[in-house]
Amino acid sequence: MSHHIVEVRDLWFAYPGGAEALRGVSFRVEHGTPLGVIGGNGAGKSTLLLHLNGYLPTERGEVRIGDTVVTRDTAPLIRRTVGLVFQDPDDQLFMPTVEEDVAFGPLNAGLPPDQVEQRVAYALERVGMTHARKRPPYRLSHGEKRAVAIATVLAMSPDVLVMDEPSSNLDPRARRRLIDLLLSFEHTKIIASHDLELVVEVCRDVVVLDSGRIVARGPARDVLSNEKLMLEHGLETPHILRRMSFL
Amino acid sequence: MFADWIQVGRMDELAGSDSPVHRLDARGKVVTTVAFIIAVMSFPRHEVSALTPFLAYPVVIVSLGRIPLWFLLRKVLLAAPFAAVVGMFNPLLDRQPMAVVAGVVVTGGWLSFASIMFRFVLTAWAALALIACTGMHRLAAALAQLGVPRVFVVQHMFLHRYLFVIADNAVKMMRSAAARSGGRALTFKAYASMIGHLLVRSMDRAERVHRAMAARGYDGELRTVRRAQFGLRDAMFVGCCLAFFAAARVWNVPAFLGRLASGG
Repeated sequence: MSHHIVEVRDLWFAYPGGAEALRGVSFRVEHGTPLGVIGGNGAGKSTLLLHLNGYLPTERGEVRIGDTVVTRDTAPLIRRTVGLVFQDPDDQLFMPTVEEDVAFGPLNAGLPPDQVEQRVAYALERVGMTHARKRPPYRLSHGEKRAVAIATVLAMSPDVLVMDEPSSNLDPRARRRLIDLLLSFEHTKIIASHDLELVVEVCRDVVVLDSGRIVARGPARDVLSNEKLMLEHGLETPHILRRMSFL
Repeated sequence: MFADWIQVGRMDELAGSDSPVHRLDARGKVVTTVAFIIAVMSFPRHEVSALTPFLAYPVVIVSLGRIPLWFLLRKVLLAAPFAAVVGMFNPLLDRQPMAVVAGVVVTGGWLSFASIMFRFVLTAWAALALIACTGMHRLAAALAQLGVPRVFVVQHMFLHRYLFVIADNAVKMMRSAAARSGGRALTFKAYASMIGHLLVRSMDRAERVHRAMAARGYDGELRTVRRAQFGLRDAMFVGCCLAFFAAARVWNVPAFLGRLASGG
């Protein structure tokens, strides 16, 4: 299915009354290829992600998901294809119980109750949170909330998974679980993160954003090993890729 | 603390439990609660004794719904000062003696004040019991099904959703202020600034929550998993409650029992 291809062409965007957040961003993600989007604070990562499911209007350029150009009219359709996991799971979990939260998307998609139930069971099982079905989301630990937030998106069975800082505020064990989970997904993945070690493990390619422009792109290991490039754009080469100077 | 008094989270948790009252259709419960409030409010202003049978309704709902008694009453107390202000001047304005209780003359003003407070406790208690046994989300869906305009329903739902978030934010802010205040009381200016920050933060949060909702196809329509079906049990519940309210409204049961007991 060509739905899995994400293509961004010369995308420009400025917030009302504010600075340019994106200045001519272009890239293409093929089916199943995990892409990391990295860059310092305010580089435009989150703004870029919000364009991928039509939350922000494109000013110039276009975003294509499969054969569909993202516009205001196609946004509802796009949102079933592109699942966006937000940075703060508290923003994403707004229903009284975990199961109702996971059911929210499928219900909005107009699925019949038995299918909704199937999707909820599957998504919770996939992230290992079946035991928390009936619990209110705000009573969960941060790692559990993150897992449920991912389940809410999986339940919509998207072709493309887009995640904003998936590992922030997680303890090492929860982070490890998350990485294993991400590796097990066959979806096309786009992950924006400061956790560069996670990016190296999960993503094959990366694009480096700085001040709304793509300043570098390529295989994750090659780009992230370039210490000079990393430092120039407010980043750092992850430990596992550093050349050991004493050897 | 404000958040401790409101305990929105605990309320949701209670609403999520299971009991015969929880299983009733939300629409039936809404209709009954509204009828209850209308019946209680329709009594003449000096009435106290005839109101007592109405206590049965919240008591039965709360006990069958397995809601901790003190939990809801504490919330009723929270709002009690507002009701007290409404009736505060009655004892001063209306000094007509109405009855003698244990040798003390009771004026019309005190009677109407007592009546206001009693009605307030009854109605607030019934309304809170409705929420605790139904949950805001199902309640909102029921209101929508009963024909309440969607804009009010959605607003109601969001108010509930954000109250919790804002209270949480406020608590965190107060805590960090206390950590740096060195034990001194905060100035008015500091409070004003905090409220401003709270507003801006809450608006940012609202924006992000909306994004997350839109990302999962939210279009202003409320949908729930539990299929609401108005069955025979619901009809019986509504019927029995309405019959009881009507009877208790028309006949003064306590006075009748009193006459019976005193042989009059």
